[in-house]
Amino acid sequence: MSEGPIIEISGLRKIYRVGRVDVEALRGVDLDVARGEFVSIVGPSGSGKSTLFHIVGGLTPATSGIVRISGQEVGAMSDAQRTRLRKTTVSFVFQKFNLLPNLTAGDNIALARFLAGKNHGADPPFQDALKLLGIEDRLRHKPSELSGGEQQRVAIARAIVNHPAILLADEPTGNLDSVNSRTVLELLRDLNQRLGQTILMITHNPEAAAYGHRLVHMQDGRILATPPPT
Amino acid sequence: MTFKLILENMRHRPLRTLLSVLLIAIPVTLILTLVGLSRGMLDESKQRTNGVGADIMVRPPGSSVISFSGAPIPQGLVKKLRQEPHVVQATGVIAQQVSGLTSVFGVDLDEFNRISGGFDFIEGGPFRGPDDILIDDFHAQQEKKHVGDTITVLNHKWRIAGIFRSGKLARMVLPISIVQDLTGNTGRISLIYLKVDRPASIDPVIASLKKQLVDYPIYSMREYVSLLSVENVPALNSFIHVVIAISIVIGFAVVCLSMYMAVLQRTREIGILKSLGASRLYILQLIVAEAFVMGLCGTLVGILFSFGARWLILTLVPASLQQAIVPDWWPRAALIALVASLLGALYPGFRAARQDPIEALAYE
Repeated sequence: MSEGPIIEISGLRKIYRVGRVDVEALRGVDLDVARGEFVSIVGPSGSGKSTLFHIVGGLTPATSGIVRISGQEVGAMSDAQRTRLRKTTVSFVFQKFNLLPNLTAGDNIALARFLAGKNHGADPPFQDALKLLGIEDRLRHKPSELSGGEQQRVAIARAIVNHPAILLADEPTGNLDSVNSRTVLELLRDLNQRLGQTILMITHNPEAAAYGHRLVHMQDGRILATPPPT
Repeated sequence: MTFKLILENMRHRPLRTLLSVLLIAIPVTLILTLVGLSRGMLDESKQRTNGVGADIMVRPPGSSVISFSGAPIPQGLVKKLRQEPHVVQATGVIAQQVSGLTSVFGVDLDEFNRISGGFDFIEGGPFRGPDDILIDDFHAQQEKKHVGDTITVLNHKWRIAGIFRSGKLARMVLPISIVQDLTGNTGRISLIYLKVDRPASIDPVIASLKKQLVDYPIYSMREYVSLLSVENVPALNSFIHVVIAISIVIGFAVVCLSMYMAVLQRTREIGILKSLGASRLYILQLIVAEAFVMGLCGTLVGILFSFGARWLILTLVPASLQQAIVPDWWPRAALIALVASLLGALYPGFRAARQDPIEALAYE
């Protein structure tokens, strides 16, 4: 196993074209994340946090700069390779859970395994994770029958079912009350501590951010060297 | 898993799915009913032709296999043909179209009975007066008539003297002289039926007649019945092809619209699938497979509807129309529905596959 950073980002820039206007979402981001690290990324809306996630997850290409995941340059990947990256290496947890409404919780998780080409049942480590998530008895229910906290735990289960190297959590507690937020954050910390899961988490909440090993501040498409004055 | 996802998607929007399936089923029903009607009516016509019991048919010069063109044959020819070697019975009939596909036939009942063995009467019996008519049971059922009731045909009121079991010559039969007079064809007939002494005589008699009656189409009954096919009905094949083309267009439009709406409604779900690592090809397959399932369901419902159409026809107009069930056309109808469905799914499918995952995930 390589001991270098699992994520290496240097000089990352992203310019969106909105109508006739160019919007610079990232203005030269440099960031390394070590394997097994839990990094919290904080910053105001429009600071480029989500764009950074989308590029790391291969959902959108960078305008310039380099992103390497486990030594492989994401920008040089074909569409098929980026699709494979999302199947096997990087997975997402979203603020709005993003479960497929027509499928049960169990089928949402099974679909992620199916898309990764794993048609057999979940493996023992994942069964342990399900216990940790506390949703074993909710798997036959559809998302509409689950609370927000349960939906987010199902989304986390779906995200880790294929044992991705990196979990990108975009405001995972943004739609949850304080009790469910704490449950989800403790689950993420458990996953990181017990399974060594590398986690990058975007959050607005300083309490949530404190769960990470390291805090990264973003503003105006850049990573700040020092936290902004509060 | 893919099949489960498709079924759940279809169940999630039951009204859209039901409407799409029904709209795919309609052209399938249309094709099966049209072909079934063509075949049913031709089969019924064959049965009635065979029911005459003749061996040879002499048709007017220039007539097609299916249609009659008035009564151009001089009635005297019947007497002449009866004297031909091996001919044991001969009778002429006159056919007059009364409405749509229904004709009334004028017969010399004694001659006709000698060839055919007579009508099998369910009610009443032969003509007893100049205003009497015979009708078959299908026509009686359709018109809700019984012996003694009156019926208007050729602008004349007739008393129903007998109702016979269908399958012999025609649905309505009048005395030949009356039809000739009413239609201004006195002394003229539409067809001549001949019966020969034994089956082996049929071909020699036909060969001999063809030498004498050069312009007359002359058939053995077996040959004539074999010619009663969809291919020999003028324009019917073209009509069926037009219906098939319209069916493909309808099926294409229905599926295209339905799947396009589905793709719009599922924009966010497509984004989720992409974030989970679904490839463009997989998204396309998902849309196309759903259209395929809807096409298949539409075909099955269309086949069921063709039974319904047959029941309706049998109940409402048993004498005017006959519809056969045509299982040999089920695979063809299925192919038409599926091709239309798959074509209709392609554009929405490609659109879904090309969807930007970030825009899709942000879709509310």
